[in-house]
Amino acid sequence: MPTLLDYRRRVRSVKNTQQITRAMKFVSAAKLRRAQEGVFRARPYAKEIRRVLQSAMQRTTETDNPLLESRPEERILVLVVTSDKGLAGPFSTNVLRRAFEYRRSLQGKDVQAIAVGRKGLEGLRRRKWKLAAEWVNVSMHVEFHHAEEISKRISDLYISKEVDAVYAIYNEFKSVAVQKLRVEKLLPLNRESLAGDSGAKGQSRRERKTASPQQDSDKLAEGVDYIYEEPPDEIFAKLVPRYLETEVFRILLESAAAEHAARMTAMDAATTNAGELIASLTLDMNKIRQASITKEIIEIVSGASFAASS
Amino acid sequence: MLPQNLELEIVTPEKHMLDETVDYVEVPGKEGYMGILPGHAPLLSQLGMGTLSYRKGGDVQYFAALGGFVEVLPGRVIVLADACERAREIDVERARTSLEKARGELAQSGSADNKKAEASAAMDRAQARLDAASKAGQVPASTARH
Repeated sequence: MPTLLDYRRRVRSVKNTQQITRAMKFVSAAKLRRAQEGVFRARPYAKEIRRVLQSAMQRTTETDNPLLESRPEERILVLVVTSDKGLAGPFSTNVLRRAFEYRRSLQGKDVQAIAVGRKGLEGLRRRKWKLAAEWVNVSMHVEFHHAEEISKRISDLYISKEVDAVYAIYNEFKSVAVQKLRVEKLLPLNRESLAGDSGAKGQSRRERKTASPQQDSDKLAEGVDYIYEEPPDEIFAKLVPRYLETEVFRILLESAAAEHAARMTAMDAATTNAGELIASLTLDMNKIRQASITKEIIEIVSGASFAASS
Repeated sequence: MLPQNLELEIVTPEKHMLDETVDYVEVPGKEGYMGILPGHAPLLSQLGMGTLSYRKGGDVQYFAALGGFVEVLPGRVIVLADACERAREIDVERARTSLEKARGELAQSGSADNKKAEASAAMDRAQARLDAASKAGQVPASTARH
């Protein structure tokens, strides 16, 4: 039977925890706001470069850019993007679980991974994955040069034919309450994967405003060939890697924003749970307190009646 | 019918810089400056380092563009810059210091190719910033050149 003092101690400890989770929730909310801005700022560029590449590919029939070369997919590289820290609910676990499922579905094909984020790195190591590269402490402050380094590694592996296809598994930032787990093909680029709507959704107000003139000019430009200042291959040689960098950059930003959102939600739930725990502990505590008071009163009353009767 | 003006959009990986209806755009192409008027033929080119400017009515605005791509469609110009800065927001002192630093590194780098390329890229960047700033009237052109 726990005593009153035990209950007091437990309530105090839960209250401390609650204070921490509440503080973490506010910190995540602030970080989320910054990360979200980053995502929104990067989306227009991602959208435009995708469109430029798409229309350039429609206009040119033959390029021998190594990143556009498609091979039978025998060796697969997976970019696994997770967080560095925990306490974000199932954020990293979901990505890892998806990665494991994915590898199972490939049935014995050669799979290796690039891990971004400590959680993912640890999880993949436990399962003895072959790791081509790893990056940690990126999600705290995503910068373009991170994306440059990562996509350099990816394209090196692809060009040297060590891998035949590259996929990314990450959390996409849908809204503060929703993260969507995505598996996205990064390489080889082809018309189908470019036409996919994976990037640059959730248009900002500014983009919507320009939507109509853009469609008009697209229509106008249809069937008209570009004038190239340089040979098309030279442009492709610059445009394709840049597109890959942009995609990786967008994925990192999405994941960072989603991480903060997930942590915020998790900490909010933890704070609420702590509140409920405190309420139920307080109730139990009061019951015990009352029981002991009742016991004392009975003792006094029975003592008094014994004194009176004797 | 040809469009009467141009939609100019400048985006960088980290920022949406500009979205404006303009009369004339001049961009630093890799092979030299290109002037673009409404109705220009579709074009795709790499962007060099230099001053990007546009005219709207009597007003001319300058930017330092530091590499990237430019796509021209009828009635629309999209600049996908690796980095881009408004001329009046350029820190002239900083650009000048980095120009000196890059110049020194270039002189020291000797035969190391990647170092040399890095230093000369840094020099081009600083020079592009100074040029843009001087065109926008931040500093007299003569001092900006050195």
